[in-house]
Amino acid sequence: MMKNLLALAAAACLSLPVFAQQAPNDLVQQVTEDVLEIIHKDREIQNGSTDKVIDLVDKKVLPHFNFRRMTALAVGKDWRKATPQQQQQLATEFKTLLVRTYANALTGYRNQKVVYKPFRMKPEETDVLVRTEVQQPGNKPIQLDYSLELRDGVWKVYDVTVAGISLVTNYRDQFAQEVRAGGVDGLIASIATKNRSLEANQAKAEKK
Amino acid sequence: MMRKAPSIVPACRALLAAGLLVAGGAAFGEGNPRDPYEGFNRSMFAVNEVVDKYAAKPVAQVYDRATPLPVKAAVGNFFGNTGMLWVGVNSALQGKFADSGIDFGRLLINSTIGIFGLFDVASELGLERHDEDFGQTLAVWGVGDGGFVFWPVIGPRTLRDTAGWGVDYAADPVRYFDPTGVRDAVSIVRFVDIRASLLPSDRVVEEAALDKYAYIRDAYLQRRLNQIHDGRPPRLDDDY
Repeated sequence: MMKNLLALAAAACLSLPVFAQQAPNDLVQQVTEDVLEIIHKDREIQNGSTDKVIDLVDKKVLPHFNFRRMTALAVGKDWRKATPQQQQQLATEFKTLLVRTYANALTGYRNQKVVYKPFRMKPEETDVLVRTEVQQPGNKPIQLDYSLELRDGVWKVYDVTVAGISLVTNYRDQFAQEVRAGGVDGLIASIATKNRSLEANQAKAEKK
Repeated sequence: MMRKAPSIVPACRALLAAGLLVAGGAAFGEGNPRDPYEGFNRSMFAVNEVVDKYAAKPVAQVYDRATPLPVKAAVGNFFGNTGMLWVGVNSALQGKFADSGIDFGRLLINSTIGIFGLFDVASELGLERHDEDFGQTLAVWGVGDGGFVFWPVIGPRTLRDTAGWGVDYAADPVRYFDPTGVRDAVSIVRFVDIRASLLPSDRVVEEAALDKYAYIRDAYLQRRLNQIHDGRPPRLDDDY
């Protein structure tokens, strides 16, 4: 269930030419529909090809996410303690972790329907919440919201919330715990270790 | 998460009592202010992981593979409908009378036209499905959450939501199904249905979490806050 939603979450943005004038809700809708269409047609993705999905996410989705902001949000107050170089490393590792985790979720997309909630914003707003809902047979609909920020004339997603659970701030306590134990470098190391073990598991699964 | 299987209830009560004792006597030093009973919780989490791995999850997987989608949907709709009366009561207790009217309308429509709740006709008609329980009602009335507790079998709950769950349990129509054989069978199917609906998220949690316990705890707390505020929780400070 959640996996599929995460799939849609990952589907947040597609690399169509972005027009600054394009409203954030239109952006979310366009990208969601385009990515879902690709998934619908792609047998390899439906059969769980991780590489194929990561590729799709890399090309179509990532350009519309602000990973630096996401990482800062996930790290919280320790972010200021990190040097620019550490911040860079954190953002890179966190991106790898989120992409791998949620790309896999994309492969599980089936039988769902996305409904876009009414959206209103004032023209001068630069930080908005776009609300959608995923409907599935026999289950409660699941709320799926995107936080977007306008910067340099471009809307970018900096948080995704599934059933009220932020995929970003849900890391805050875990990250703080790592920083307490081993400093910022300790946190970077543990995310990197996690990424490597996920990669190894994938390789193992594909050999079978 | 996993709820209301009558056969295990006496055991739950005993554990609950034991847990409250532990929780009451425990001041686990520093640590996370939102998780005052972390030591106890982590051991219960470990117990639950084992129970899930060897019992709940395998059964849910068999159910998930063997059951065609329309049947699964009907089962989900049926249990959604049996809970609708209580949802309506809680909407009313929270002062949301319009919502409450919709909840009772849903119950009426789905129980009749929807054939005992097997089809969710009300949603097709555009009547929104709300998500309420007594723990949320307590929160709306101003009861604090009392700290996070990880219970065996029933899983994560705050102390307030544990109390709410007790009331939800007493108000559960399935409990009054007769004969008891039917009641128990229905309760087990519901438990399996709920567990099966969580299967796809298993892998995500497994892969996403640095610390699975903390990931589940924080996700639970965020989700409850969202439910209490009906999908519009107050924004977290950016804090960086």
